[in-house]
Amino acid sequence: MASKPAKKSSTAARHDNLSFHGWRRENKRVGVRNHVVILPLDDLSNAVCEAVANNIKGTLAIPHAYGRLQFGKDLDLHFRTLIGTGSNPNVAAVVVVGIEDGWTKRVVDGIAKTGKPVVGFGIEGHGDIATIAKASYKAKEFVQWASELKREECGIADLWVSTKCGESDTTTGLSSCPTVGNMYDKLIPKGITGVFGETSEITGAEHICRERAINKAVADKWYKMWKAYQEDVIEAHKDGDLSESQPTKGNIAGGLSSIEEKALGNLEKIGRQCRYIDALDAAEAPAKGAGLYYMDTSSAAAECVTLMAAGGWVVHTFPTGQGNVIGNPIVPVIKISGNPKTLRTMGEHIDVDVTGILRRDQTLDTAGDALIEMIIRTCNGRLTAAEALGHREFSMTKLYRSA
Amino acid sequence: MSIPNIPHFLVHSPKDNVGVVVVEDLKAGTTMSGVITETDTPITAKANHDIPVGHKVALTDMKKGDTIIKYGEDIGKVVADFKKGDHVHVHNHKTKRW
Repeated sequence: MASKPAKKSSTAARHDNLSFHGWRRENKRVGVRNHVVILPLDDLSNAVCEAVANNIKGTLAIPHAYGRLQFGKDLDLHFRTLIGTGSNPNVAAVVVVGIEDGWTKRVVDGIAKTGKPVVGFGIEGHGDIATIAKASYKAKEFVQWASELKREECGIADLWVSTKCGESDTTTGLSSCPTVGNMYDKLIPKGITGVFGETSEITGAEHICRERAINKAVADKWYKMWKAYQEDVIEAHKDGDLSESQPTKGNIAGGLSSIEEKALGNLEKIGRQCRYIDALDAAEAPAKGAGLYYMDTSSAAAECVTLMAAGGWVVHTFPTGQGNVIGNPIVPVIKISGNPKTLRTMGEHIDVDVTGILRRDQTLDTAGDALIEMIIRTCNGRLTAAEALGHREFSMTKLYRSA
Repeated sequence: MSIPNIPHFLVHSPKDNVGVVVVEDLKAGTTMSGVITETDTPITAKANHDIPVGHKVALTDMKKGDTIIKYGEDIGKVVADFKKGDHVHVHNHKTKRW
């Protein structure tokens, strides 16, 4: 690598030849994990999926709470989330199990568009035990096949990195969120695909977020999304003020005392230069090429990361202040914290320590580089704290009550 | 960059009227050294209260109804008067939205 004497001009060049080793899937997307997922269509099928994952080592069941009597946009989101999860390039192959064949096939057909191996089983007419047997034979075949797939070297432009913060406090706005922003400012120009969301947590900084759209059409699309969330979700259901839900009790303990203060810290995650090129619906896959995207999500950590994973993102950067412990079954979640108390009391959850920013012995530039290094190491196989600790939170977003 | 002393508090913008305590166990009466990060300029203040890490300290006297500025932006209103060096939190600061 060429060395340049000037310290600032070398910043961009430092990230020119970044690469990582991932699995290039049938549809050319690159994954950084190689899961064989046993995916329930609905709550009723969790038991079969967990039995299969217990029978066949190296497979992963993803139990969840919903999937029956849903309708309209809520059902669309359910299917989009399941199909997106199975389609994520961190997943090598999928066994889908549902209570009946029709909706099971819908998920199988959606995932099959990626070209990866996928098969579905319905329980009705067979019972759990026969279904577990059939699904286990297939899961064994898939996991042995997947175990021989090899990683290959991929350029940084093949990488999709999502972000969402949690249990934020004032230290996230000072250190861990701008560290993620620094990473995006460096890597978005190198061709990565990024995403941020948390629609309700932009409230208080919506004037700034609106200005960060690439053009007026995208800004208007984003603003419509934000306003709808504000009116249809927050205003429609609030019973008094939201002063203990937004900011949360954890946020308040950490020193945040208004939604505006929280939102301004939150937006530090998108850096200084990046502009978002589209505003996506929840779990929607991006269609405008590389760049930064917005996704319409709630601000609940597991729901948001689940939706971003379903949109196709393969590694997640998660700034935390007070110490959110979230993980995801298929996407490694990298935790970044600058809160010295959190590092001292629950440091086992943190992958990147940026407390030096608060001590003023680490710059945002070096913190951003440390995060980039940790992203590459994670992509190459290092287990995140959340993975090692067994965090596999998979939470479906539900838009309204089932029929 | 090397600053020998670890700051007690940080301020985002020169426009801000609050800073953030970034050390644990800050006691009332401490003469605090701080830095305005946007401009890298030093600033000092005396703490009137024990202020937990991550919590805000007032950089100026403020009256009920005044606007609190952080990140150079409006983050809400003062709901109980406070003095420079006081702890600023939910007891004296609230959003203007609800």
